[in-house]
Amino acid sequence: MTDDVRLGPASLAPAEPHSKDHYSDRALDHLTRPRNAGTLSGPSGTGSDANPSCGDRTTITLRVADGRVAELRFRTFGCTAAIASASVLTELAAGLSVDDAARLEPADILNALGGLPVRKEACALMAIGALRGALVDARVRATA
Amino acid sequence: MRCVSNARPERFAPRLSTMRRVYLDHAATTPVDPEVADLMAQVLRDVPGNPSSIYAEGRRARALVDRARDEVAQAIGAEPAEIVFTSGGTEADNLALRGVLKAREGEADGVVTTAIEHHAVLDTAHDLEAHGQARVSVIGVDRDGRVSPGAVRAALDERTAVVSVMHGNNEIGTLQPIAEIGAICRERNVAFHSDAVQTVGALEIDVRAIPVDLLSVNAHKFYGPKGVGALYVRRGTRIATVQTGGGQERGRRTGTENVAGVVGLGAALRIATAKRAAESARLARLRDTLIAGIRSRIPDATLTGHPTERLPNNASFCFSGTQGEALVVSLDLEGISASSGSACTSGNTDPSHVLLALGLERDLAQGSLRLTLGRSTTDDDIAALLAALTGIVARLRAAAGVAA
Repeated sequence: MTDDVRLGPASLAPAEPHSKDHYSDRALDHLTRPRNAGTLSGPSGTGSDANPSCGDRTTITLRVADGRVAELRFRTFGCTAAIASASVLTELAAGLSVDDAARLEPADILNALGGLPVRKEACALMAIGALRGALVDARVRATA
Repeated sequence: MRCVSNARPERFAPRLSTMRRVYLDHAATTPVDPEVADLMAQVLRDVPGNPSSIYAEGRRARALVDRARDEVAQAIGAEPAEIVFTSGGTEADNLALRGVLKAREGEADGVVTTAIEHHAVLDTAHDLEAHGQARVSVIGVDRDGRVSPGAVRAALDERTAVVSVMHGNNEIGTLQPIAEIGAICRERNVAFHSDAVQTVGALEIDVRAIPVDLLSVNAHKFYGPKGVGALYVRRGTRIATVQTGGGQERGRRTGTENVAGVVGLGAALRIATAKRAAESARLARLRDTLIAGIRSRIPDATLTGHPTERLPNNASFCFSGTQGEALVVSLDLEGISASSGSACTSGNTDPSHVLLALGLERDLAQGSLRLTLGRSTTDDDIAALLAALTGIVARLRAAAGVAA
């Protein structure tokens, strides 16, 4: 049966639910229920990164125990993508060995969030930057 | 045969149909008045003619365009011949600036404008400057977003062709003293343009009382269709056409008229004018309730724009420790539509040029939220916004590590 031509391609049917300009439900869930927000007191390492073009910034504090990332907290001043990236990264990195945590990449954040709007992918890089900074800080402090 | 009628409701079902939406972004656009929509549909169906044709179909279309021109003229105290239909506010602003400079080529090339204009004015001025067609002076504003008439006077020189100062700001709602600024321009024999896209339909504007030579109007800000606007051009104002073609609109804006669109513009403005006094007073009360409610729940909220000289439907704030995009996305999840900075740049996280022009710190300017009310807005909508916003600001501040 053919469609009623009056309701053809120009009909008011909704566009695809998650276009490349919109947030996934998983990203939105991290916005409304951020995981591990805050700051650890007496952390093994602290790292920060910022996006100078928009002023967003993230700080991650973490505790290392037996060569593993035992605990993390994040603080983000920024957009939905910046908050969701940092929030999901604290989940991804928790429990990993320090070396594996250092190998996490923006793509891992995008996979975990079910993607980010195209123009927001730099926000994932900022979260990774903060994590790597914290891991380096922890290593430096441990050898000091 | 089968299914066609059954399929229809599902195809039309919006995804968020179960959630009651609270629409607080009337400065971005307003829904088309149902009476206007009906009239436009009737024109699209029943009036096929080209207004330039001299036979019956053309004459009928012409009569509708003429009536719409009368309606727009009457609403602002103009003569019908002073109304030029355009594709919207952006084109009206472009025509005003480019048209005046083109008409004055070789004798005057100065443009004086302000730091808080819409991009349709600022970017046009800068584009003209980049191509050697204008010298541009941009005047700053005070902390409330007001332009000083004295600063306009000081910026004028012998080669100033046009001054462009908006009537009501689209982001912060501040109203400008356009009567005073217009009087200065008239004294110096300089054309005065005002982008009145946010105020036509909401505030009384009478071009017989205000010395303005060019005024931009946009239908979709007062419950008319998108893609239609007008430029008022006072008789005697020197203006050249920007586009060339068949010579419609007395050669000032050529191109076959958007008949249904201008009919919608005229009807929407007639209806808005009839409702204006009561509706603007109602909105100003709701706006004040909203501003007071936000201030009591979030005491360190920063109201942006002038405390009293502002659009009756505009409440705009900055919340430290938050970013506007996250505020807007969070509100959307709770069924509330609002915007941050100017709608045109919401995909961009740079702070708005308007908020920076007020002298706000960059971080504070990032946390901007614009709430603009309209015909659908009720006390319940305000209560819903207040209930949602308080928690959202607290949550975003917690994520940023800022004490609430």
